[in-house]
Amino acid sequence: MADISVNNLNLWYGDFQALINVNVHFTQKQITAIIGPSGCGKSTLLRVFNRMNDLIEGVRTTGEVMIDAENIVSEKTDLVSLRKKVGMVFQRPNPFPLSIYENIVFGQKVHAEGLTKLKLNEVVEDSLKSVFLWDELKDKLNKSAFTLSLEQKQRLCIARLIVVKPEILLMDEPCSTLDPQATSRIEELMRELKNNYTTIIVTHNMQQAARVSDQTGFMLLGELVEFGRTEDIFTKPKDKRTEDYITGRYG
Amino acid sequence: MRKFREFIIEKLILICGLASIFFVVLIFLFLTKEGLSVFKSVTPFNFLFGKSWYPISEPAQLGILPLIFGSLLVTLGAAIISIPIGVACAVYIAEIAPLKIKEALKAGIELLAAIPSVVLGFIGMVTLVPWIKSVFHLPTGLTALSGSIILAFMAMPTIVSIAEDALYSVPKSYKEGAFALGATHWQTIYRVLLPAASSGIVAAVMLGIGRVIGETMAVMMITGNAAVIPQSILVPVRTLTATIAAEMGEAVVGSEHYFALFAIGIVLFIMSFIINITADLFLHKRNR
Repeated sequence: MADISVNNLNLWYGDFQALINVNVHFTQKQITAIIGPSGCGKSTLLRVFNRMNDLIEGVRTTGEVMIDAENIVSEKTDLVSLRKKVGMVFQRPNPFPLSIYENIVFGQKVHAEGLTKLKLNEVVEDSLKSVFLWDELKDKLNKSAFTLSLEQKQRLCIARLIVVKPEILLMDEPCSTLDPQATSRIEELMRELKNNYTTIIVTHNMQQAARVSDQTGFMLLGELVEFGRTEDIFTKPKDKRTEDYITGRYG
Repeated sequence: MRKFREFIIEKLILICGLASIFFVVLIFLFLTKEGLSVFKSVTPFNFLFGKSWYPISEPAQLGILPLIFGSLLVTLGAAIISIPIGVACAVYIAEIAPLKIKEALKAGIELLAAIPSVVLGFIGMVTLVPWIKSVFHLPTGLTALSGSIILAFMAMPTIVSIAEDALYSVPKSYKEGAFALGATHWQTIYRVLLPAASSGIVAAVMLGIGRVIGETMAVMMITGNAAVIPQSILVPVRTLTATIAAEMGEAVVGSEHYFALFAIGIVLFIMSFIINITADLFLHKRNR
């Protein structure tokens, strides 16, 4: 497992500076929430850690982000092995238009060739069990992943990710399309998983941050305004802006 | 007064809309009426599976099997050439090419679509045909292969632009999902994007082939027009379309020959109808 250290990170989309001098440390086996109003740069920060921002043209970064003594924002970073180590769950569940089975073994097939059918079956069973979907889905593994409910899709996306054995889980508002019950079950799953990963979750749902996270960072207009233990942020914030946000003055 | 004007305009538009259907029905009826008359002198079986096409000998032999083979062979050849290149080109444009090259390629493809078929046939006749003759040491370069190559150029724009469109409309979230799992660009393309766009790509291929099978001028100019069942792709063939175009002028109106040409028209109509329906089915599957 790996910690993430962010030092003097700046990021521009063309002329627009989306991240301003961010310094922060994420600890393993903990869930860290990043909160803040829309457009504050929280998703951008998350997408730095698996270099997903590279898909957008005109992105430029300075500073360093250390994972396992490697500066992952440098040009030399091997994106395939970085993304294998740093997995991501998206806002809208995005299973591939393939069968449930094929969705799960995707990561295996991409990273290792010549796996036996037996080994793949084992992988599918293990990963579905770890997201508590096995009993529901074991008889319809060959059905299209599109036949699942939104919650099941999101679980499937987490299962698909676990197969790759990442060390860090990035979650970009993973519950924003789910109903409250499904949300609480996914949060339950996060707590189950947290001991094996460094988890970072971006959310604009403050209650969710308060419920699941050990540490919380508050971002505003590209700056990380405050970072600390979740209880402290929500009960005795040091910065006036944090207080205004969590008490609902804006956002 | 205003109401009246609305009424007139509405009805006019209605008539324009119905006109297209009306003409299609009319053409179809005429084609059927003239075409089916041939079966007074030859059975449908002998017409479709007869091995010789000698429409002006006495008695006339009206078997179109060589023509069907000619059309299928040229089309198959064109498909084998144009599908891989067309789909690969679509993948390159949709996924890999930098913006400038992408724009240039798309313009180029559109330009290719704009070349009249007679010009392509002419270019094929003076460049491709002699080349094929000398490369394969043939008595003539007017072969099914020459036709296939030129027709591949005509199918390509359709295949590329529709397949590119299908790839482009694959949700970005699939690509992100695959990248986030550590897939390389190529793995993402062939494991996720191509399967996701498959129905659109099949439709693209079908529409491309539909264009090829109905093409007349270029094939007439470069396939040699020999109405024999081809034993290889390096011999002259005659297609259904070229037969109609070449012989309609000299067929006596109301003769067996004349009706036979209409019947060939029916066969062609059915072929392209099936291809278009298949393409449509796949397009709808994609939109669902």
